[in-house]
Amino acid sequence: MLLATTAALILLLVLAFLLLEAWPVLSGGGWGRFLSGEGWYPLEGRFGVLPMVWATLAVALGTIILAAPLGLAGAIFERFFAPAPIAKAYRMVLALLAGIPSVVYGLWGLTVLVPLIALWHPPGAGLFTAIVILTLMILPTVALTSASALQGVPASLLHGAAALGMNRKGVVIGVVVPAARSGIISGLLLAVARALGETMAVLMVAGNVVQYPTGLFDPVRVLTANIALEMGYATGDHRAGLFASGLMLTVMVLVLAWFSARLARDGRDG
Amino acid sequence: MKQSRLGKVVALIGLAMLSAVSEAGSDRLELTGSSTIAPLALVIGKRFEKQNPGVRVDVQTGGSSRGVADARSGLADIGMASRALKTVEQDLTPYTIALDGVSIIINRANPVTGLSDEQIKAVYTGRITNWKEVGGKDLPITVVNKAEGHSTLELFLHHFGLKNSAIKPQVIIGDNEQGIKTVAGNRGAIGYVSIGTAEYDAKQGAAIKLLPMAGVAASVRNVRNGSFPLSRPLNLVTKGRPSALAQRFIDFARSNAIDDLIQSQYFVPPQR
Repeated sequence: MLLATTAALILLLVLAFLLLEAWPVLSGGGWGRFLSGEGWYPLEGRFGVLPMVWATLAVALGTIILAAPLGLAGAIFERFFAPAPIAKAYRMVLALLAGIPSVVYGLWGLTVLVPLIALWHPPGAGLFTAIVILTLMILPTVALTSASALQGVPASLLHGAAALGMNRKGVVIGVVVPAARSGIISGLLLAVARALGETMAVLMVAGNVVQYPTGLFDPVRVLTANIALEMGYATGDHRAGLFASGLMLTVMVLVLAWFSARLARDGRDG
Repeated sequence: MKQSRLGKVVALIGLAMLSAVSEAGSDRLELTGSSTIAPLALVIGKRFEKQNPGVRVDVQTGGSSRGVADARSGLADIGMASRALKTVEQDLTPYTIALDGVSIIINRANPVTGLSDEQIKAVYTGRITNWKEVGGKDLPITVVNKAEGHSTLELFLHHFGLKNSAIKPQVIIGDNEQGIKTVAGNRGAIGYVSIGTAEYDAKQGAAIKLLPMAGVAASVRNVRNGSFPLSRPLNLVTKGRPSALAQRFIDFARSNAIDDLIQSQYFVPPQR
C-alpha cells in the first residue's frame, strides 16, 4: 500500500516539476508563441513546437500501422499454427529481441538502414526510417502481449466454435481475435507509449530537421530527440520551452496508458 | 518480520549509494562539452589516470554550449569549448590545449575536388541542389548541418555569413561522429566537421574526404601554419579558480608531455 502511494506520489511530483519549469513559456500568452508554426530556432528566439508535435504523431501512427498487424500475426502463428518446438523457440527469440537496448537499434539503423534507404530515397534518414526502427523495437512486445491476450480467451469459446464445425482459421479470426480484442489493443497502446518515449534511436535515424512531415521520406525531428539535442545548453525561455514539450509528451503517454488500462479492464469484465 | 527485512535491505542499499557518492567527490573529474575535444580529452584523461592512480576522468559530449553552461553551473569540473569565449562568457577562464580547423567533407566516392565559398553557401541555402551543378554526378545533394549549441555550427555560420534559419538541411546531426557516419553512408552527402576528427576517421577507413576551402587544402599542416581560413582554438574552460585536481589536469593537458596525443588526433599543439 505504501509502495503504491509512493509510486503515485513520484509521478505527481514529476508532473508538478515539469509544469513548474515550463511555466515561464506557458503563462501569460506564451501559449501562442509556443504553439505557432513559426519554426524552432531557439538561437533566434523562435519556439514554434507544432512541426515536432506533428512529426511525433506521424511516427507513432506509422508505427501502429506497421506493428499491429505484424505483431498480431506473429502472436497468432505462435499460439495456433506453430508446432510446439517452433512455438517455444519463437517465444524465446521474441523475448530476446524485446530485451535489446534501444540505442543498439539506433546504431544499427544509422550504420546499416540509413545508407540502404539513402540508395533508394536520399537522404535516407527520415520519417520512414524512424517508423521502421520503432516498429522493430516494439514488434516483440506487441507479439508477446497479443499472445498472452489470445491465451486468456476462455477455452469454452474455442470448444464451442469447433463444435459448430468451424475450421481453425475461422475459429482464430472469427472468434478468438475479437474476444481478445481489448487485451491486444491495450498491449499495442502500451508498446506505442514506449515508442513515443524513444530518444537515441530516433535521433540517429530520423534526420532531425524541424519541419512538418509532408512526405514519407522527409527528415523530421520528434519531441524526444529535440530535448536530447538541446537540453544540455538551453537557458531561460529555451529551457522552459523544452520542459513544455516534455510535459506535452508526458500527457500524450498518460492518455495512451489510461486508454490501455481502460480497455484491459473492460476486456476482463466484459 | 517481512517489513523489518525490507527495511534492512533498503538501509543497506542506501549505505552503498552513499559510499559511492562520497567516494566520487574528490578523485573524479567531470568534463563535458564539445564533441571535437572529447576524444582528445579522453586520451589525455587516460594518461592522467595512469600517472595518478585513484583518479577518474569522465568525459561527456553535448556541444560547446553545454560545456560552457556546465562549467558555469558547476555540473562539470571543466567545460570543453571548441571556440574562443564570447563577450558574455568572460566570467569563465579559457585554457587553450590545441588548435583545429573546420573542413567541408563529402563522400569518398564523390568526384568533386573542391568548392568555392559561393558554391558552399549556395549548397547550404538550397540554391544548388544537385551535384551536377558543381561538376559532379547527377545526384541530389544531401546537406548535413549541425544542431544548435555546437560551436562547429556557429563557426561555420560566422565564417560564411549565414543565419541558421537560412540553411536548408536534409539531416541535422549532433556529435561529429554522427556527421561522419552520415556522410560516409550517403554518396550525395556534404557536411562539415573538425579537421582533426575527419582526418583521424579517414585514416581509420571512413569513406569521407576533406575538401579544400578557398583553395587551401584542409590539413593539419595548414592549420599549423595559419593558412587555413577556418581555424579555432580548443579550450578547456572553468569558472573562477579550478579545484586542485582540475588545475593539475589542465596543467598536464597544456604541457608538452601530451604533444604526441594531440598529434595522434590530428590537432595542432598550441604555441607555448
